[in-house]
Amino acid sequence: MNRNHISEQEVSMLLNDVLERYGYDFTEYAHASINRRVNHLFQVDRFPSFAEFRYRIISDADYALRFVEEITVNVTEMFRDPQFYLTLRRQVLPLLATYPLIRIWHAGCSTGEEVYSFAILLKEANLLHKSVIYATDINTSVLEKGRTGIFPLSQMQQYSRNYMEAGGLHDFSSYYTANYEYAKFRQDLGEKIIFSPHNLVTDGSFNEFQLIICRNVLIYFNKTLQDKVLRLFCDSLEPLGFLALGSKESLNFTSVSGQFRQLDNKEKIWRKHHL
Amino acid sequence: MSMSTASGVVLIGGSAGGLQAILTLLPGLSPRLNAAVVIVLHRQNRADSVLAELLGIKTTLPVHEAEEKEALMPGTIYLAPPDYHLLVETDHTLSLDYSEKVNFSRPSIDVTFTSAASVFGAKTMAILLSGANDDGVEGLADVHEAGGITLVQDPLTAVVDFMPRHAIAAVPVDHVLAAADMARFINDFAGVTTG
Repeated sequence: MNRNHISEQEVSMLLNDVLERYGYDFTEYAHASINRRVNHLFQVDRFPSFAEFRYRIISDADYALRFVEEITVNVTEMFRDPQFYLTLRRQVLPLLATYPLIRIWHAGCSTGEEVYSFAILLKEANLLHKSVIYATDINTSVLEKGRTGIFPLSQMQQYSRNYMEAGGLHDFSSYYTANYEYAKFRQDLGEKIIFSPHNLVTDGSFNEFQLIICRNVLIYFNKTLQDKVLRLFCDSLEPLGFLALGSKESLNFTSVSGQFRQLDNKEKIWRKHHL
Repeated sequence: MSMSTASGVVLIGGSAGGLQAILTLLPGLSPRLNAAVVIVLHRQNRADSVLAELLGIKTTLPVHEAEEKEALMPGTIYLAPPDYHLLVETDHTLSLDYSEKVNFSRPSIDVTFTSAASVFGAKTMAILLSGANDDGVEGLADVHEAGGITLVQDPLTAVVDFMPRHAIAAVPVDHVLAAADMARFINDFAGVTTG
């Protein structure tokens, strides 16, 4: 293979450059994944040397933005882990229903597939009209996609299966209009979603929520940053609010574990104590 | 410190037909293996622990699905969880990654092999088993380049011989073996704990 390879030290240099020049802080991300993605970008964009790669990042703000967007992971799908959504539907929504206004923060929402999934759950529980979903991500171009509510039609068969397994009540295709190779989701689903940039590393709390959903984001952070972000979530939750994580993420052995109790099931959903 | 992380790693990758080979080789592993074992097997994207239980029947070594940020310990078998890539950090902990599929696969064998080779270098042994696609071939080459040892299942004994054939054609492979003969090489490579 004998490929041109960027070392971990060189990746660290780039991350420091991006922090100093542009304010994006990736220095506390888990190294293995970010190394892989930086190396991938280096190869795809065909830089002849590390020096030229670095110079481009430092001197070209547009390219630096591409760097930021490419080294963060934006893979997502609708109703990913259907059992998780089924648990939200059965155990969390009935409790949220008691609030006059339901405030939800979906952190690290990427292109929004999971946000629309949750909006569908709220719609079917007749709660969407009194809910606000703040959908945030570090990457502004994925938020732009999320705002359109347009997703590839080729995925809809899989999403429809997921939706049914998640306890879906209707025909999934009633939620979108198919147009060429795209599916545009109904406008009423998007009306209660506010897509907005937020950087979990550097930005603070901006409201109090009854539910925070952050799935498959913490896996990219090191332990220190995970703890910091979990404290941010804890501080941003009302007493008895819920925190939902990805299927391989956990509050166990973190600095906030004492303030939460896991719901009585396999899903990664915790409830904050009263007090 | 009695609980230090593994100084070497044995990587096992397989796709179609790979499970049979793993079930064949596991019983031969020494109970005092002085390396961590990481298994990446293509399978259905269903979260369940059935596979870890199935493998656990065939060995006295502990087997479980890898948790993120978990340290690689000698004498322990880690299984890549469904629908995540599994990577190795320089501090010998494991990371999960839900990025794009590689070779139509998540977990991808290439991703784990390449990542582990960059950390463990010559103290990496990588084994590629039966399979119907290319995933793992590039990772095997990276292990070889890092000075590690490469084993490939003898295509004549593989349920699906595409993956091992391709590996043998593309990579300078150290040993081509039937699954039943692999445990001896793994035990030799990993040594056994003296304590």
